[in-house]
Amino acid sequence: MTFLHSDVPLNWYLLLSAVLFSLGVIGFLIKRNLITVFMSIELMLNAVNLSFVTFAYQWNAVKGQIFVFFVMMVAAAEAAVGLAIIIAVFRARATLAVDRIDLMKL
Amino acid sequence: MHLILFFLFAAFCLAGAINLLLQTHPINSALSLIVVMTSLAVLYLLLGAEFLAIAQIIVYAGAVMVLFTFVVMLLNAGREERTLGSRAALTIGFPAVVALLAVLATVVLRIQGLGNAHLGQGLTDAPGQSNLVQLSQVLFHELLLPFEVTSVLILIAILGAVAIARRDDAERTAEK
Repeated sequence: MTFLHSDVPLNWYLLLSAVLFSLGVIGFLIKRNLITVFMSIELMLNAVNLSFVTFAYQWNAVKGQIFVFFVMMVAAAEAAVGLAIIIAVFRARATLAVDRIDLMKL
Repeated sequence: MHLILFFLFAAFCLAGAINLLLQTHPINSALSLIVVMTSLAVLYLLLGAEFLAIAQIIVYAGAVMVLFTFVVMLLNAGREERTLGSRAALTIGFPAVVALLAVLATVVLRIQGLGNAHLGQGLTDAPGQSNLVQLSQVLFHELLLPFEVTSVLILIAILGAVAIARRDDAERTAEK
């Protein structure tokens, strides 16, 4: 029954955070839909938040949690503006495929 | 108990994130992202961050994802298509990400001196007290100015979102 009462090393939380961040980067690279690319960015933000909370637990520092709170507020503002931009792009181009939105590409 | 909860919700997190990558329809990706965010809220609870867990559910899994699903349905986004760009990203980007993950994992697993997460032991030393007290004391005394500045930022973001997303008058008359 020692399994039931054992603690979790904080390294595992950091490892989970790293894996989630990498999955977000992969999604950012391979997804071809503008909205899904944006969702991958949100996934990366969440992964970084997890490591902030883990380090706040380790150092007993409440400011780490407050930083996550600020990240959440900025991410909410970013999501609102980003989705408005996506709506404007869709209205101008009638597509969400990132390959067709290439006006600023060389 | 902590170990079981950690593994269960870490598995939910990873399954949701992988499902986000595998699904081709944006609405399925959005729903699996909600699973990831809700499981992350449980992990925050395990780490003694009660306020952040609730804020994660309300702000991320609630407000932000409602916005996402709303936009997906509004734009009637269809299945995505695989193109040359995505294949190039797959061949070049994938090994780069694996290398990044390998470096991060070795660094993270080699850190010495990180303690264990113990269930029921939050940031506060006083037992039975939520960390909300500590958090609000720092947030509303020491960091009051950044807090107020962020509220102004959100106000500006609301105005900006409305200004960008609304149609201008020229477009509307052209439609008529």
